[in-house]
Amino acid sequence: MKIAMIVNGKSVSREVSDNTLLVEYIRDHLRLTGTHVGCDTSQCGACVVHVDGQAIKSCTMLAASAEGAAVTTVEGLAKSKDDLHPMQVAFKENHGLQCGFCTPGMIMTATDMVARYQAQGKEITEDAIRHELEGNICRCTGYHNIVKSIADGASKMTTV
Amino acid sequence: MYETNFHKASTAQDAAALLAKSDDGKILAGGQTLIPTMKQRLAAPADLVDLSRAEALRGVTITKRKKMGIMKADGGETITIGAMTTHAEVAGNTELAQVCPVICGLAGNIGDPAVRHRGTIGGSVANNDPAADYPAALLALGATIHTNSRDIAAEDYFKGMFLTALDDMEIITAVSFQAPVVGGYGKFPNPASRYAMAGVFVAKSVDGEVRVSVTGAGDNGVYRHAGLEAALSADWSASAVDAVEVSADGLMSDLHGTAAYRANLIKVMAKRALA
Repeated sequence: MKIAMIVNGKSVSREVSDNTLLVEYIRDHLRLTGTHVGCDTSQCGACVVHVDGQAIKSCTMLAASAEGAAVTTVEGLAKSKDDLHPMQVAFKENHGLQCGFCTPGMIMTATDMVARYQAQGKEITEDAIRHELEGNICRCTGYHNIVKSIADGASKMTTV
Repeated sequence: MYETNFHKASTAQDAAALLAKSDDGKILAGGQTLIPTMKQRLAAPADLVDLSRAEALRGVTITKRKKMGIMKADGGETITIGAMTTHAEVAGNTELAQVCPVICGLAGNIGDPAVRHRGTIGGSVANNDPAADYPAALLALGATIHTNSRDIAAEDYFKGMFLTALDDMEIITAVSFQAPVVGGYGKFPNPASRYAMAGVFVAKSVDGEVRVSVTGAGDNGVYRHAGLEAALSADWSASAVDAVEVSADGLMSDLHGTAAYRANLIKVMAKRALA
């Protein structure tokens, strides 16, 4: 089947099997390999992307279900190589990663969380960040610097 | 994942027509259980009917009860939640939070944020996982499950582990219930999966009926706990739970916890639900 969607602001269309996962579509068909596959069982969150503005696990959604949607992957956040998204800068400055495998998912979860909290006028506390990171697993950092990065990135993001 | 044929339906009626044409069709709601199950090859439907764009099946409506002189909200509003309403939408619905905060809190603690953006109440109820949260809520709230062909009382709907009263071709369109006068949910989530190792939902209806349901612990899915119901009918308080005998008979034992451990958890979660 042929499916079309908007990925990082560009219209794309590819021929896929009915059982193609969204993450396979992104990585194998579009060659956007910033989105990672960690556990492939909906636990780890390395594959988080935004579909119509909401963070979802792209290993747990069919590409066909995203037909017509607007998808943002980690490649779509920065304006250019030299103009990173505030959350990316915050991860860099706060040493929010070690091996970096989980980082694309962490950043996509973080930007979704901040956008939601800012829209609702809710404070982004350390507790809130830790609760929101429920679906993202990091095996290097112990989360401490990830939480610091997100708090820092949140203070520099204006989504509303 | 085995091959499948993907279809999109924009209404429950279209979905029913597509299912009728397939020998082995399945509804795809949010897919947060079905997709992982298909990836593990534990399910291999020949046809998938995706309802994610069925807008009529989405959203929460609240019908206010005539107040008859009562000034403040105290339960009794009729709440209808469309089957394709996501956990995030239930959790974040501010009007719902005013009349039935317990359901918003429950939805906001299912899985993780990304799962809540996709997972739906209809999908959860159709799957009837023995450790899912919504079955406990619907049973304790005396809810009605609406399908494309009939209305089913929650009491008659949950038939055991992954078993429901749904026929093969039947599609859940919505669930509805009356806001309780007071309700609470205590859940001990499995640290890895976030499914309940024991979840206890307590509710007192406008008619004064007390219902207590338990999920995650019974070896045959969600069930009502007569002992807790009797104790809380007499005295709606956490301390009333102390005197209740919760037997380990019929409870699950697995690598996460023994039946005796779960029996204790039921009491602790009941107290948290009442706190």
